[in-house]
Amino acid sequence: MPESEAPPIDGVSVEINGHEVIARKGELLIDAAERAGTYIPRFCYHERMKPVGMCRMCLVEVDTGRGPALQPSCMIECTPGMKVDTESEITKKAQDGVLEFLLVNHPLDCPVCDKGGECPLQDQTMAFGPGESRFVEEKRHKEKPIPISDLVLLDRERCILCDRCTRFAKEVAGDPLIHFINRGNDTEINTFPDEPFSSYFSGNTVQICPVGALTASSYRFKARPWDLDTTESTCQMCSVGCRISIDSSRDEVQRFAGVDIDPVNWGWLCDKGRFSSEAVNADGRLSEPLLREGDSLIPARWSDAIRRVSDALAKASSPQAIGIIGGARLTNEDNYAWAKLAKGVLGTDNVDAQLGDGLPAEVVLGLPAATIDEVCAPGGTVLLLAPDVKEELPVLFLRLRHAAVSDRVTLIEISPRTTGITSLAKASVQPRPGEVGELVRALVARSNTDRDIAGIAAEEINAIRALLSAANGPLKVVLGRASVAESADAVVDAAAAVIEARPDTRFLPVLRRANVRGALDMGMAPGVLPGRVALEDAREWYESRWAKVPASRGLDTEGILRAAADGRIDVLVLLGADPLSDFPDQDLAARALTGARTVVSIDTILNASSRRADVVLAAAGFAEKAGTTTNVEGRVNTVSQRVTPPGTARADWMLATEIASRLGVEFGFSSPQDILDEIGSITPAYLGLSIEALAASPDGIVLPLDLPVDELVDEIIEEIIKDVAAEIETETGEPVDEFIDVLAMTDDDGFVAGSTPRLVSFVADAPLPVPPLDSYAFRLIATRKLYDQGTIVQSATSLAPLAPGTSLLVNPWDLDRLGVAESGRVTVRSSRSSLTLSVTSDPGVPRGAAALVVSQADVRVGELIDVGDPVTEIRIETA
Amino acid sequence: MARLTAENVELATEIIGHFPRPKSALIPLLHLAQEQDGHLTDDAMVHIADLVDVTPAEVLGTASFYEMFKMEPVGRYMVNICTNISCQLRGGEELLEHAENTLGIRPGQTTADGLFTIEDVECIAACTEAPCLQVNYRYFHKITNNEFDELISELRSGARSDIPAHGTLAQVRQHIPADRQAGSVVPENTEVPVWLSVSEDGNA
Repeated sequence: MPESEAPPIDGVSVEINGHEVIARKGELLIDAAERAGTYIPRFCYHERMKPVGMCRMCLVEVDTGRGPALQPSCMIECTPGMKVDTESEITKKAQDGVLEFLLVNHPLDCPVCDKGGECPLQDQTMAFGPGESRFVEEKRHKEKPIPISDLVLLDRERCILCDRCTRFAKEVAGDPLIHFINRGNDTEINTFPDEPFSSYFSGNTVQICPVGALTASSYRFKARPWDLDTTESTCQMCSVGCRISIDSSRDEVQRFAGVDIDPVNWGWLCDKGRFSSEAVNADGRLSEPLLREGDSLIPARWSDAIRRVSDALAKASSPQAIGIIGGARLTNEDNYAWAKLAKGVLGTDNVDAQLGDGLPAEVVLGLPAATIDEVCAPGGTVLLLAPDVKEELPVLFLRLRHAAVSDRVTLIEISPRTTGITSLAKASVQPRPGEVGELVRALVARSNTDRDIAGIAAEEINAIRALLSAANGPLKVVLGRASVAESADAVVDAAAAVIEARPDTRFLPVLRRANVRGALDMGMAPGVLPGRVALEDAREWYESRWAKVPASRGLDTEGILRAAADGRIDVLVLLGADPLSDFPDQDLAARALTGARTVVSIDTILNASSRRADVVLAAAGFAEKAGTTTNVEGRVNTVSQRVTPPGTARADWMLATEIASRLGVEFGFSSPQDILDEIGSITPAYLGLSIEALAASPDGIVLPLDLPVDELVDEIIEEIIKDVAAEIETETGEPVDEFIDVLAMTDDDGFVAGSTPRLVSFVADAPLPVPPLDSYAFRLIATRKLYDQGTIVQSATSLAPLAPGTSLLVNPWDLDRLGVAESGRVTVRSSRSSLTLSVTSDPGVPRGAAALVVSQADVRVGELIDVGDPVTEIRIETA
Repeated sequence: MARLTAENVELATEIIGHFPRPKSALIPLLHLAQEQDGHLTDDAMVHIADLVDVTPAEVLGTASFYEMFKMEPVGRYMVNICTNISCQLRGGEELLEHAENTLGIRPGQTTADGLFTIEDVECIAACTEAPCLQVNYRYFHKITNNEFDELISELRSGARSDIPAHGTLAQVRQHIPADRQAGSVVPENTEVPVWLSVSEDGNA
């Protein structure tokens, strides 16, 4: 990336247009020139991909001592003493000629082209090209546009064969499903017949196409670039936190595009993120609150709906009779307001942003953290104890792929079944569900093992052990909940084993949902308070800042649902959560919704759970409110408002503030910024965070800040003292220097009420024992796919049909043993329920296990799962 | 249409074993598929993609560059008549016209009985023997109209057993003994280059 910064010391001095430029060693001329303020036109060159010199647009005159000659500046590295002229007559003639040549077959249908107005070919023809065409012959004609995938259309006439999309597909995404076909006079980009470009990253090709050859079906003829209003924001379709731009026209979101930030997404987006833009204006968006009357939900006035909620909360028999689930959809400010309402006003600690499908908050917040850049640092070793990142956090997959392919990073994968990473990993093993902890203990043990563990052969374990021992520098672990059919205990146990054996290990805990990390940081989990602190550690700190603090640790989602099912929950608040669809154990979720006295759902679209709620409050969604979000790394960045929310839908923080007010506590929040100010001044890990700091850091801010917290507190104290002194001065008209001195001499830690509480650190619990192996039973693996029946995917018309559905995946060896034919029908029986579905042979599933994908049409996997069990055992019978 | 037959898969596996990277066997395998079906079927390309671990799009991208790989069915005999300068001066175009009239097809077309396809080709490197043509890439030099007619009737009657069906390029199939094969070992992953280790200890 060309960036303006101080010239490097071991730089290379080159002369560009008569001025000396210090280039980095090995830097391409095109980049060095751009960094120095000279833009060389280009089509094929893209700073995130290898140069190919296809388009010849970047030809400039270069003299390396043998006289000036035209050279493609994207293909030559700067060498000492190089003299470059980007504006000479010869250069101009070359640029003019190249453009004329590129335009020979280009249809010039700019008025009806989506790219018109933001088209590099158009712009560069204006700037560097011939004014008129000499081409009078017939141009090439081809059928257009042809769909090359469900999301992308190809116009082969407009294509200038720059190789950007094909390079992206092969180099970056690793899905070389588009290719130059019929090379020669009739070269074109195309797919293999009937094999579409069904990459999770196909939308990026639309963004990097320098002409209008690749267009997105969802944006076709929607808007013209000059009608678009643009705001930068952070994608909220998963927790990677890709930086995006939101384009709107007529107060409607039209599209998202990737913005290049170095530490996270490098300009790329996954298709789920990119095309979720369609979900913003989806049909069915809630625009007003709804109240239950009998069997139906009836539109209501806000004052009535809020009163109904605050009355129910006020009448709850005890704080423990209130449960709040959700928070991943919310901004940090929303979450803080809700945490403050729940813990600081209502006094309940029954709050959980996760739906029993992630990791305990103490694990996420307490493990020594690694950023994505640290995980992907060249030459390192990464252990993946995580779900399929390609399915759940696709852009993290791109970063890991780049690390493995280009930066010599060794990936070692331990997963319930093979994943998108498997082919990139140096080693990949699939242990029996529930036994990953024991396996990892052996992998980080001091000596080799001589027995098989979790179905993995001893030699294989020892080979991986050797790879781990040979790791350069600290080990990095990507940690997550790979299968919701087994408890989180096993993977937490594995993490404990790693950190015990290798204390310098750093972790990247990967949770799936949007701002789930921000919600946990803001205290939306039992046993923690905002700022990554434990309830007991921070009790004193928050008691002096909030009206109250919960008396004791509360329940997580599983606990809340159990309590609700037993009739011990008076008010259950669902903050954008849909436990009926997303909680692994659907039977428990259903009983909980029946058992809770009042169910309040705050959401953007009605879902299975909110249809059963007593009160539904319409919430403002993504692109409709401003605030901050925190990604998997603990990196805070901004989300912005681009359009107005539908109807009277309101931001979640407003609802929390209003409910608190009805309960007699004034938060004093009138904008997200007020909340951010409070977060930045009182929540320990976020101390020092401010809107100014965020504005100055487009890459986001990884918290906690390096600034020593005590120093920061001192600064805050000093400010307060000065304020007080100034006030006294204006009132009395006398200087108060002595007063300040006296105050400064007191124990200032005590002055702001207690020293900053220490941040949560990871303490492992003993895992639940896994039942002995039953040779008739299969252990269930329940994983997720990128496209599912989730609300946003199903609200985006382009994405909804992409959810692939699921069949039971079984190892061919087991299939043979069962005597079931491939794609035959089977009945799957667990202690809970049974399902009948078709079976598919998959060598990526370990023997003795069977895999299903959750949240797909027609197969309700959650009915099989009992969250009380460490693993879900199933029997398979022919149907 | 057809994937590779079991027999050809065996051959394909042997061919893949000749190269350090499976992908390098792509073109020999395409020849194999064309030998089998007369042209490259989609199924065969998908099968080959699978065998050499690339995507079908990459196979098509490579195959479609080469004129001699046919994406559509062609006749049992491909008659390529040269119309480049030497042959042109010696009656190549007249020969082509004669061929068109005799067979009733234009270049690029195939006779209704599926026996002949004619193509006008660029120089086939037999300028001293102009005008020349190839039938299934076997040369025929200094061809007159009468000789052309004779050749066609011989081919029709099946008298030319020396000319294999279209697609068979090889005259002799190369067999490398297993102990001389490099084996599919990616060079980056080996300390000693495969050809050295083969000659040292006799196997890779």
